[in-house]
Amino acid sequence: MVVKNKTVADMKPGETAIIVGFSDDQISVKLLEMGFLPGTSIRFNFKAPFGDPICVSVSGYDLSLRLDEAIVISILN
Amino acid sequence: MERKIKVALTGKPNSGKSSLFNQLTGLNQKVGNFPGVTVDKRTGMCELDENTLAQILDLPGTYSLYPRSLDEKIVAEVFADRKGIYFPDKVVLVADTTNLKNCFLLLTQLIDLKIPTIVALNMVDVAAKSGMSIDIKLLSSLMDVPVVFINARKGQGIEKLKKLLLLPLKVSERKVFAIDSEIMPAVNEIKDKLQLSSDYESYQLLQQRDHFNFLTAEQKKFIVDLSKEYKVFPGKYQGAETILRYGFIQEVLNKIIIRSANPEWNKMTHQLDRLFTHKIWGYTIFFTVLFLIFQSIFTLAQIPMDFIDGSFASLSNYLSNHLPHGPLFEMLASGIIPGIGGIVIFIPQIAILFAFIAILEETGYMARVVFLMDKIMRQFGLNGKSVVPLMSGWACAIPAIMATRTIESWKDRLITIFVIPFMSCSARLPVFAILVALVVPDVKVIGIFNLQGVALMGLYLLGFVAALVTAWAMKIILNVKERSFLIMEMPTYRMPKWSNVGYTIIEKTKTFVYEAGKVILAVSIILWVLASYGPKDEMNGAKEVIQTRNIGMNLSTDEINNQVAAYKLEHSYAGIIGKGIEPIIKPLGYDWKIGIALITSFAAREVFVGTIATIYSLGSTNEQPTIKARLQSEINPLTGGPRFTPAVGFSLLIFYTFAMQCASTLAVVKRETKSWKWPLIQLAYMTGLAYGLAFIIFQILS
Repeated sequence: MVVKNKTVADMKPGETAIIVGFSDDQISVKLLEMGFLPGTSIRFNFKAPFGDPICVSVSGYDLSLRLDEAIVISILN
Repeated sequence: MERKIKVALTGKPNSGKSSLFNQLTGLNQKVGNFPGVTVDKRTGMCELDENTLAQILDLPGTYSLYPRSLDEKIVAEVFADRKGIYFPDKVVLVADTTNLKNCFLLLTQLIDLKIPTIVALNMVDVAAKSGMSIDIKLLSSLMDVPVVFINARKGQGIEKLKKLLLLPLKVSERKVFAIDSEIMPAVNEIKDKLQLSSDYESYQLLQQRDHFNFLTAEQKKFIVDLSKEYKVFPGKYQGAETILRYGFIQEVLNKIIIRSANPEWNKMTHQLDRLFTHKIWGYTIFFTVLFLIFQSIFTLAQIPMDFIDGSFASLSNYLSNHLPHGPLFEMLASGIIPGIGGIVIFIPQIAILFAFIAILEETGYMARVVFLMDKIMRQFGLNGKSVVPLMSGWACAIPAIMATRTIESWKDRLITIFVIPFMSCSARLPVFAILVALVVPDVKVIGIFNLQGVALMGLYLLGFVAALVTAWAMKIILNVKERSFLIMEMPTYRMPKWSNVGYTIIEKTKTFVYEAGKVILAVSIILWVLASYGPKDEMNGAKEVIQTRNIGMNLSTDEINNQVAAYKLEHSYAGIIGKGIEPIIKPLGYDWKIGIALITSFAAREVFVGTIATIYSLGSTNEQPTIKARLQSEINPLTGGPRFTPAVGFSLLIFYTFAMQCASTLAVVKRETKSWKWPLIQLAYMTGLAYGLAFIIFQILS
């Protein structure tokens, strides 16, 4: 059975999840440096008025992400 | 014997580095550029004790040695180039205690580079409030680096840090990152060949050779050849390295954190965020803030501006009464002093604007503005981070263009730089004021709004719309497939630290005075020469001509002198150029007199007002009502009607809204984009647009 990976872009405000990996190498190195580590928990805080960018909490601080960036972060919850 | 050591401050953005820098150096700071790149270089002196002086270098904020922007690139370069002039003797890593994990990534890299480092744990007060408690001694022994608590905002712990800087500092014995064994031979070869002090330094060169300008062509080739042999491409191991480092950091944190922060501690920030990023309240608040800034720029700045204007006028007058007359005096009184006055007059507006921007940044609100505006700005090829530079453009394009350095994507940055000059700067205001007063009736509309005020607002809006439309067009034309990012920290809200605001104001004002000032002054002097000299015969005969022309008219000496000045300007080189361009500007409704004013505006747009005053024989007045009355009475010899019809007035307003008439802006754009290509395109595009639109407006209205 093939299940489409859930990503941060699919999350709803208030939802939490565990990061499992990335689908884009170019952005992943940047995300890793900012503390988006596989195995860490991530919380979706809220989104901007037009749905993009979004604000998440990870590794103990708040960050903004565009949906283009959020979609490469695979999660489990 | 005085000892001098070099200290670099580093750390991630929002860790309080600038506060520490300000605490250490006070007003002994300088802002310049790193050679060859347009990255701010902030340095300052700090006396550690009677015999030791520390030269403090405040490096741009970064999370790691792998750069994402120009600013961050310089950090990697400073630390990798041991022979470079900026390589520090000691490094202070400023860490935000409430968020150690992200701060320590760079620390572990510095440890592997074998650079002597002190960790300054900042914001201990906030950490304490959050209920967090850490074992600083254990941290120091696990990392093998000295650690101090500081509170940079309140100045606590600074003395202790200074004392530590005086002591000998050894490098950490830790080795955090083990380099992959398959590339170890390459790392060793580079290390031997370039005589480097650590494996990690060699590894950095291998990974990021393209970023390092200090490498010679031969060294670069050597490294590139090796990386081909070992199949290393930039970024290949970066992800693995980061994960490994964070693993180490997490282990350390697990040991040193005695009690972790109560997750509720920044509840206030989350509540404020809900308000500031709300789809209605968020924008309402943002536009209210903008309106407030606008109001302050215009009303608060007026008093000091009038004072400056008056002082320079009386200085010129004083000199003309007390110095021997001659060409040198003329240049001083009519070229140099008004030139300097023309620079100083903008300081109040620039200072007020940057005071607001600094406060918004200090409180953390600016990150929310970026967040709120990103999606909208992206439709136009811009970026959330373009908002601050565009806002700064209302004061002056020079600091605004320099503020674009925080935009990581080159395409977004270029577009932002390109459209900033459309934002109506302070130099346009005096021109707008006089022309609006001339052609827009002073009446109220809908009972409350002054029609002139509405017209002025309309002009600002027009400039802003032009900026957006141009950006949108550039997005389509450039069509660069460069990914831009917005992975940005949303800092916790806090009260602004007023001294930091003060330092920002001083820094930005200085930038303006030096960057714009030198060009404005040079252009003012050139224009003064053009406006005061001309073919000899005509210039010398000015007085006689005017006297014979006015025989029996019983004019006062002043009136005669003003007419002589007008006559001289008409026959000067500037006058000749003005007449020369008359055929070109005639379709816009301008004559050669306006032509002269257009040319002299190239020093700074507000010179228009002074030139108009001289050419219409008003002497050197800046009195708006006087100029207005004079312009109203001017007759157009061709039509017999008034010279400044609404058509001409609006045509001029449109021209000044769009035209690129600022030599200093062009110089700064050249420096920031590193070629004449963009400033020249900007000049041609903006002036072409101004010409076209002014033509249309004039033809429709007349």
